[in-house]
Amino acid sequence: MPKITFIDASGTSRTVEADVGSTVMETAIRNNVPGIDAECGGACACATCHVYVDEAWVEKLPKASSIEEDMLDFAYDVRPGSRLSCQIKVTNEIDGLTVATPEQQG
Amino acid sequence: MSDVIKTDVVIVGAGPVGLFAVFELGLLDIKCHLIDILPKPGGQCAELYPEKPIYDIPGFPVITGQGLTDNLMKQIEPFGPQFHFNEMVEKVERIGNDAAPLFRVTTDAGQIFEAKVIMIAAGGGSFQPKKPPIAGIDAYEGKSIHYAVRQMEAVRGKRVLIVGGGDSALDWTLNLQPVAERIILLHRRDDFRAAPHSVNGMRELVASGKMDLMIGQVMSLKGDDGVLTHAVVRGNDNQTVDVAADVMMPFFGLTMKLGPIAHWGIHLHENLIPVGTETFETDVPGIFAIGDINSYPGKLKLILSGFHEVALAAQKAHRYVYPDKKLTFQYTTSSTSLQKKLGVS
Repeated sequence: MPKITFIDASGTSRTVEADVGSTVMETAIRNNVPGIDAECGGACACATCHVYVDEAWVEKLPKASSIEEDMLDFAYDVRPGSRLSCQIKVTNEIDGLTVATPEQQG
Repeated sequence: MSDVIKTDVVIVGAGPVGLFAVFELGLLDIKCHLIDILPKPGGQCAELYPEKPIYDIPGFPVITGQGLTDNLMKQIEPFGPQFHFNEMVEKVERIGNDAAPLFRVTTDAGQIFEAKVIMIAAGGGSFQPKKPPIAGIDAYEGKSIHYAVRQMEAVRGKRVLIVGGGDSALDWTLNLQPVAERIILLHRRDDFRAAPHSVNGMRELVASGKMDLMIGQVMSLKGDDGVLTHAVVRGNDNQTVDVAADVMMPFFGLTMKLGPIAHWGIHLHENLIPVGTETFETDVPGIFAIGDINSYPGKLKLILSGFHEVALAAQKAHRYVYPDKKLTFQYTTSSTSLQKKLGVS
């Protein structure tokens, strides 16, 4: 099972196992990882599952769709590694992915 | 102030569950008025995911949020529901008693209703502009930071910083540009979600030097006593600059807030309304809570659960609206009287 590490705004790191086929957001919710609200439940409709993908991983993930880019407009403090975690699918290739959660979801 | 509207039921929220309530109540000859803060029916379905497919509506292998809303609107048409959009219920007062409930409902537009029953189908609460999490923003809100401008004249001679890249941001940019001293539109990227003709309009104004477009994000605010002087903007080159502005209008979409429901005298638990699963009535006789806003053991926030809840709640509502009438359970497939109401017989 791929593992994903979430680092919260205070620097606390949590590594959890993720199911292939689910999303990074779902993985966070299922494991009670704080810092991700996911208000809309994964419809790419709210920008409250905003994460900063670790620099080393930015290029390895499939690019954000235009819908995701549009939705990121609603997030606060968007940076080059900003993604909506509901749009990152869990595959075996992302084993070891590290993402940081923002101080506050929009 | 407008006249008091007297009706059987006021439904708070015109999402899928509120809409279907019209149907179930209508079959029982109960008339409804619906109030919603959005300008259109459909609630989250229409506001959050109009184009997204829903796969768990019984009988529809797949349907979009807008498709479901349109179908529900058609389904309830025979019952002539009255809609009050762009209004939020602010106050609920009990003017009846437990055996014969009666409520006075007041909206933020000053409209007053008198209803025997209230059905709260408010989903996650009311949609309100999302407040960007900028430190100290509270102090500026209402003074220098606005999410809408009621009087355009209010920005005459002012430098207005509009933040966002959607239709709201672009519409306000175009509307306020002739009045304001200067409009500065700030967006995090040079790509806009707004309608192409608004984007073109904005680009023309920028090209002719009549307004400014900046790419970046607001990181903090400078000013005194709620009076804004500058927004600190971080550009995509990571440099920060102070942008002089008297007014800022941030457009980061909508979020759901419970809102005034908390003050209606109903028992709440963790921002949800506890109900029994027999009638979905709250602890206040005559007030029901249906759909995502309620809670009970085993509750699932599914549209289909809301539909079921409405059918049962309507049975109890009937007792309040027609205390002397006996209710006989009937099927739409076989009952000619129900079919007459539906206009198919």
